[in-house]
Amino acid sequence: MMADTVTVGIADLNAVKAPDTLVTYALGSCVGVCLYDREKKIAGLAHIMLPHSSEAIQNIDNKRRYADTGIEELIDLMTSMGASVQAMTAKIAGGAKMFSTGSSVFNIGERNVASVKEILAGYGIRIAAEETGLNFGRTVFFHGDTGIMEVRAAMKETKML
Amino acid sequence: MSIQNVEQLNDMHIDVLKEIGNIGSGNAASALAELLNCPTKINVPAVRILDFGDAVTYLGGPEKIAIGVLVNLSGDIKGMMLYVFQEAFASKMTGCLFGSKIENMMDLNEMEVSLISEVGNIMCASYINAISSLAGMRIDVSVPMLTADMVGAILSVPAIEFARTGNKVLFIDDSFIIDDSEIKSNMILIPEMASLNTLFGALGVGE
Repeated sequence: MMADTVTVGIADLNAVKAPDTLVTYALGSCVGVCLYDREKKIAGLAHIMLPHSSEAIQNIDNKRRYADTGIEELIDLMTSMGASVQAMTAKIAGGAKMFSTGSSVFNIGERNVASVKEILAGYGIRIAAEETGLNFGRTVFFHGDTGIMEVRAAMKETKML
Repeated sequence: MSIQNVEQLNDMHIDVLKEIGNIGSGNAASALAELLNCPTKINVPAVRILDFGDAVTYLGGPEKIAIGVLVNLSGDIKGMMLYVFQEAFASKMTGCLFGSKIENMMDLNEMEVSLISEVGNIMCASYINAISSLAGMRIDVSVPMLTADMVGAILSVPAIEFARTGNKVLFIDDSFIIDDSEIKSNMILIPEMASLNTLFGALGVGE
């Protein structure tokens, strides 16, 4: 069986079954949320931009942007494919501070990570691995056959988490 | 009707931004020629409204390594400006000034960081000064912040800032002739919508 690699864009999400792989490129202050149902071998990935849908000024045209509504949609998608929330674990990456300054808007990475953790805790989903913060961009591959999150960064060693 | 997001800008608004870009880039070219001590010319910049994703593709794809110089705008216009340097431009500048190309974009030395920050600052300030003088506005520009990384990661900062009002960016395409070679570079302007309305009002193209 040929394994496919499915790309997840910014403020987007998707889910696959083993042996397919998900990838999202160049997470900066955004957070990549990887969910995995180990029993069913179903993997999901969301590329989250902002901490909470309550921050939307206009009506929410894209729920996938926000940690709360994005994770909810990812879980719905995965359960529709046969996964169960009880069997899910999470791995997260990103949330970097790309430019150093004291201004709050640049701390958005940290706020995104904190919000993602709180929302996952609300679903009772355990975070099994984390590669967040600091000041560099990350590309994430999430392997559906193993549930391994592969984090690549420029000029750095690839991490298999 | 006031503009709620960049997608609502009409041709006249774009023309105004282009003209501002034209004046700004002209100022930038003279400042650059003086700083680099190299003959520098500028072509008329193109102003586009792009999706975040298209902007990333245009800049070479999400994982392409580039240098971003970011400034915050405050005063009558609030927002951010991001200047993106590709390796060719950065190396051209260090070549003109220090006689050496950049060896590693991810490991810039102190002199390179200082030069590129300064040029980014000049580019943004030239554009801002053009707005200030045309519209009679007071705009303060913060100290420039520099980062070298994947284009997608750099652009995530303005993209997040923009996510609250839309997913399009104002993308300014500069093309310089430095020392007989053509150099492309890009600037991304992210004004708060209220500021953009104030600007168009001041220039008589609002409402």
